[in-house]
Amino acid sequence: MDTLNRNNEIWLSHLGGAGSDQQAALADLRAELLRGLHRAFWSWKGVDDDFLEDAVQDALLRILDHLGQFAGRSRFLTWATAIAIRVAMSELRRRRWQDVSLDEVIADADFSPLWTAAKDAEPTAGWERQTMLATLRDIIHQQLSQKQRTALLAELKGMPQEEIARHLGSNRNAVYKLTHDARKRLKQALEAAGYQAADIHVAFAE
Amino acid sequence: MLLSRKEIDSLMKLIGLTQDVELNCEQCLYLIAEFAERELAGKTLPAGLQAVEQHLSVCAECREEYEALQQALRELSA
Ligand SMILES: [Zn+2]
Repeated sequence: MDTLNRNNEIWLSHLGGAGSDQQAALADLRAELLRGLHRAFWSWKGVDDDFLEDAVQDALLRILDHLGQFAGRSRFLTWATAIAIRVAMSELRRRRWQDVSLDEVIADADFSPLWTAAKDAEPTAGWERQTMLATLRDIIHQQLSQKQRTALLAELKGMPQEEIARHLGSNRNAVYKLTHDARKRLKQALEAAGYQAADIHVAFAE
Repeated sequence: MLLSRKEIDSLMKLIGLTQDVELNCEQCLYLIAEFAERELAGKTLPAGLQAVEQHLSVCAECREEYEALQQALRELSA
């Protein structure tokens, strides 16, 4: 069957089925994902055919495991390509960061330099911004757990969540929850101190 | 290691964009295809997909993956 003629329902029924229909659908999906990854990563350094073929292989397993998550509100191939891109990106990030330790990235996980940095870097910063930063520093120290501070700081330093998770013995969803809870806590505490989201935008708009 | 002004600004922007309820990266992944196709077609976003837009605003990795997906879709339709 021509790939382009498979609608979402047929993709699902063939991939979730057995026999020659399933084999043909898998072969076509593999070829389509490879083309999709080529388009997505053609300008990336260190991405070659072997890398993309491995990524597609891993992605196929993940897609088959999660067919039930496909709600049919996009083309099936777009949905599957998004998953293949995540698989490939995760591997690229792992390679890029594998020799970097969490300690190296955060160096000082208690945010103590926040205020010093703010004052030194911008001695003429507005009073409002300076007092907001002082408030933020206090909230970070008093209301966030050590783990939340570590994850948030590593994220600000550009470390991918999967890599933070690897160091913390966790996973990407759990790290997201950790930093989301931290952001919520900071936002609530800033609001309780009289700063609304709009003030924050004004003081930090660049 | 000090936080640079840029990093302090990033933190404050993230706090400003934070919502009480947010999608996590896995939930975002399963909705991103619909979001990308609608964006590409210039269609308005239904309420359910605004959560994707919000997640992309606070999650650098999902944003990077979304840009790669856009690239794949654009090349396809070009
Ligand atoms: Zn994400």
